[in-house]
Amino acid sequence: MDLGEINPVLLVASLMVAATPLLLAAIGELVVEKAGVLNLGVEGMMIVGAISGFAISVETGSPWLGFVAAAIGGAVLSLLFVLLTQVALANQVASGLALTLFGLGFSALLGQSYVGIKPPSMGEIHIPVLSDIPVIGPILFQHDPILYVGITLTAAVWAALKYTRAGLILRAVGENHDAAHALGYKVIKIRIMAIMFGGACAGLGGAYISLIRVPQWTEGMTAGVGWIALALVVFASWKPWRVLLGAYLFGGITVLQLNLQAAGVAIPVEYLAMSPYIITILVLVILSADKSSAPASLGRTFHASH
Amino acid sequence: MTTPLLSLQGLTKAYPGVVANDQVSFDIGEGEVHALLGENGAGKSTLVKMIYGLVKPDSGTMLLRGQAFAPPEPRAARADGIAMVFQHFSLFDALNVAENIALGMENPPPMGDLASRIREVSETYGLPLDPFRTVGDLSAGERQRVEIIRCLLQDPKLLIMDEPTSVLTPQEVDILFETLNKLRSEGTSILYISHKLEEIRTLCDHATILRLGKNVGECVPSETSARDMAEMMVGSTLQTPERSGREFGEVALDVSGLSVPSPSEFGTALKNVHMTVRKGEVLGIGGVAGNGQDELLGVLSGEIQTAADAIKFNGQAIGKKGPTARRKLGVLTAPEERLGHAAAPDMSLTENALLTGSVREGLESNGFLKWNETKGFAEKIIEAFDVRTPGPENAARSLSGGNLQKFVIGREVLQNPDVLVVNQPTWGVDAAAAASIRQAILDLAAKGTAVVCISQDLDELMEISDSFAALNEGRLSAPRSTTGLTVDEIGLMMGGAHGMEVAHV
Repeated sequence: MDLGEINPVLLVASLMVAATPLLLAAIGELVVEKAGVLNLGVEGMMIVGAISGFAISVETGSPWLGFVAAAIGGAVLSLLFVLLTQVALANQVASGLALTLFGLGFSALLGQSYVGIKPPSMGEIHIPVLSDIPVIGPILFQHDPILYVGITLTAAVWAALKYTRAGLILRAVGENHDAAHALGYKVIKIRIMAIMFGGACAGLGGAYISLIRVPQWTEGMTAGVGWIALALVVFASWKPWRVLLGAYLFGGITVLQLNLQAAGVAIPVEYLAMSPYIITILVLVILSADKSSAPASLGRTFHASH
Repeated sequence: MTTPLLSLQGLTKAYPGVVANDQVSFDIGEGEVHALLGENGAGKSTLVKMIYGLVKPDSGTMLLRGQAFAPPEPRAARADGIAMVFQHFSLFDALNVAENIALGMENPPPMGDLASRIREVSETYGLPLDPFRTVGDLSAGERQRVEIIRCLLQDPKLLIMDEPTSVLTPQEVDILFETLNKLRSEGTSILYISHKLEEIRTLCDHATILRLGKNVGECVPSETSARDMAEMMVGSTLQTPERSGREFGEVALDVSGLSVPSPSEFGTALKNVHMTVRKGEVLGIGGVAGNGQDELLGVLSGEIQTAADAIKFNGQAIGKKGPTARRKLGVLTAPEERLGHAAAPDMSLTENALLTGSVREGLESNGFLKWNETKGFAEKIIEAFDVRTPGPENAARSLSGGNLQKFVIGREVLQNPDVLVVNQPTWGVDAAAAASIRQAILDLAAKGTAVVCISQDLDELMEISDSFAALNEGRLSAPRSTTGLTVDEIGLMMGGAHGMEVAHV
C-alpha cells in the first residue's frame, strides 16, 4: 500500500469531472420539483441523453452537436412523462419509474452498433494566465467546457429562482397550484416547461458520462447516478448551492475510493465502492435537519376543475 | 340615469347535471357596496368567477361602464380594474408577503419599492403588515390583509369579496368595514358575498339574492329585516332549533393542564388548556381558525396522545388511549375536514359507516366484517338525517358538502356517545341542513350527552351552547355561561383585534 502515489491536485481536478453528471441531472430535477412535479425518470433520461449524445457526436464528429442532441434527447423523452402526468393526469411516481425502465431499454436498442467505438474528444479549455497558476490552475482552470456549463447553470438556476419573476411564478406553482391557477397562471404550461428543462439537463449529464468521463458507450452506463441525483435534490433541501456541494462530495469520494483501491488499502473493495453513496447521503441528511420543507404541491396532480 | 359600473345581463352557466347560474341579471353602480346573498350552492361563487374571468359564461353579456366586457382570463379582468379577495385564501404559505403580493400583480415594481408601497398602503388603510414575513406564520386575519392589500395596490374599480368575515373576530370585522367604507367614499365599488345578514344590513347599499342559480329578488338591506332576507334566500320559512330547559349531570369530560405541540409545521400548540363538560351540557368553543382548533380536536379524539391524566372521562384517565379505545368508552368525535379526515372520499357510505361505527355498533366479529349490519347502519343514518343520495353504495366524494356533513355527524350521533366532540359541524352547509344538524346536537345533549362544539360561527355557538370559551393562540379562555354574554365580551375572549387599528385617514 502506498498512499504517496495519490496526487492531490489530480484528485481534486478529477472529482470535479466525476461530479458533473450528477450536478447537471440534479439541478434539472431541482427545477422540476420546485414546480411541484416529481419525475423519477431522471436515470432514464440520462441514459437516453448518453446514447443520443454519443451517437450524434460519432456520426457528425462534433462533441458539441452531441451535447445539443443529448439535451434534445432528454427533453423529448421527458415529453412522454408530460403526456402521462400533465395531460393524462397519471400518477407521477409510477410514470417516472416507467420512464426510467423505458429509457434503459430504449437506449440499449439505439446503442447496439456503437459499442466499442471511441467518440471524438472535446478537448480542454486552458484559460490563459489563470490555468498557469500552480495547484489552482490545474484544479480549476483546465477542464472541458461542459463542466463550466454545469457550474454556470447552478448559479443561473439559483439566481433565477431567487431574483426573477419567472422564478417566483415557478415556486408559486410548486407551492400551491390551486392558488396559482386562481391568480391566472398557466400551471400545466409552466410545469411542462420545467419538466422539459429537467429532461434536457439530465440528457446533458448522461452525455457527459459517455463523451467525457468514460468516454465510450456501454449499456446501463449511468449506473444509478440518476437515482443519486433524485436523493441529492431532497437532501439538499431544494437549494442549488447545496446540490453543488453534495455533487462534489459524491464525486470526491468516488474518485478518492478509486485511488485508495489502486493504492491497495486494506479495506474490502465492496466497502470502498459503497462509500460515496453512504457518506453523501449521511452528510446531506445532517445538513437537511434544519427547517426547510419540500414544495407543498410536490407530486400532486393538478386539474383545473373549478 | 347614469351608466352602472358593471351590468350583468342574462348570465347563464351550466355544469353537467346542474345549472349554476340561470339568466342572472343585475347592475352594480359606481361607489356602491352591492351584496350578493344566497345559500351554499346558490351559484354565488360561479357568478363572481365569471366576472373575474376564471369561468366563461355559456350565454349572457357583461357591460363594464357601457363597454362589452368578457375577460378570457383573470389577468384581463385585473387589467380592467376588477380585483378579488378569495374565500379560501389564494396565498402561498412558504413565500413572504411581498412575494405573494407580487404574484397577484401584472407589472410588479422591484421588491424594494414594492415593500415600501405595501407599508404605505397598509398604513393608510389601517392594516399593518410586514412585507418580509412568511405568510405561513400569519394569522387568518393577517392573511386576509395580504389579499386586500394585493387588490388595493392595483387601484381596483370593483373589489369582489367572497365571504371575507368568516375568519375574523368581531373587532377585526369592524376594522374591515371601516376600510371598506373608506374605499366606497373614494368611489370604489364593492361586490360583497356573504350569508351573514346582519353584516350586510350594516354595510351594503343594495342586495341581490340568488337561489338555485336564479336571481330571486333584490332589496335595500338597511330597510329589510334579516329574517325576510333569510326567507328569500331559502324560499321557505325558517325553523329555529328548539332548546329544552334541562339539568346538567356530573362532569363527563375533564381536561386539565393540557399542553401539546402541534403535529404540523404551521399549526398552533395547545398551552395549558382547562375545561370541564357536564352530562347534558353543550360547551361551545369559538375562536378564529388556526388558533388550535384542529389540535384540540386531535387531542380529544386520541389522534394526538398526551399525558394520561390530562384528559379524564367519568374520572378515568384516557390521555394515552387511541381513538378506537376512546370510542369503545363512548368518547366520539367528528372532525372538520369532511373529505379525507371525517370520511374516506373514494369509499362508499357503507364502508365509511364501518370505519367509525365498527366498535360501538358491533359491525365486526373476530376480524371479519358484517356487511349486512353495516349497510343497515348506513341506511339508518341516511334515513334519520335526510342525507340526499341514491343509496349507501355511493362514494362519499359524490355527495354534496352539506349532505356528507349530515352523514358524518349523523354517524356519530346515532352511536349514542357519552361525549361528542364536533369541529365546525355546519361548515359549508345550507341553512335548512344546518338547522337540522344543530337540532340533532341539542337532542343528543337533552338525552345526557356531554357535547363540545368547536366552531367559527358565533351565531351557531350562541344558538346551541350552554357555556362558551374561546381559543386564542392555543390558549383556552375560562368557559362562561352563554346567557347574557355580549358580542364585545366574546370578541375580547377571542383575543381582540390582533393588533389591528382603525384607518387613520
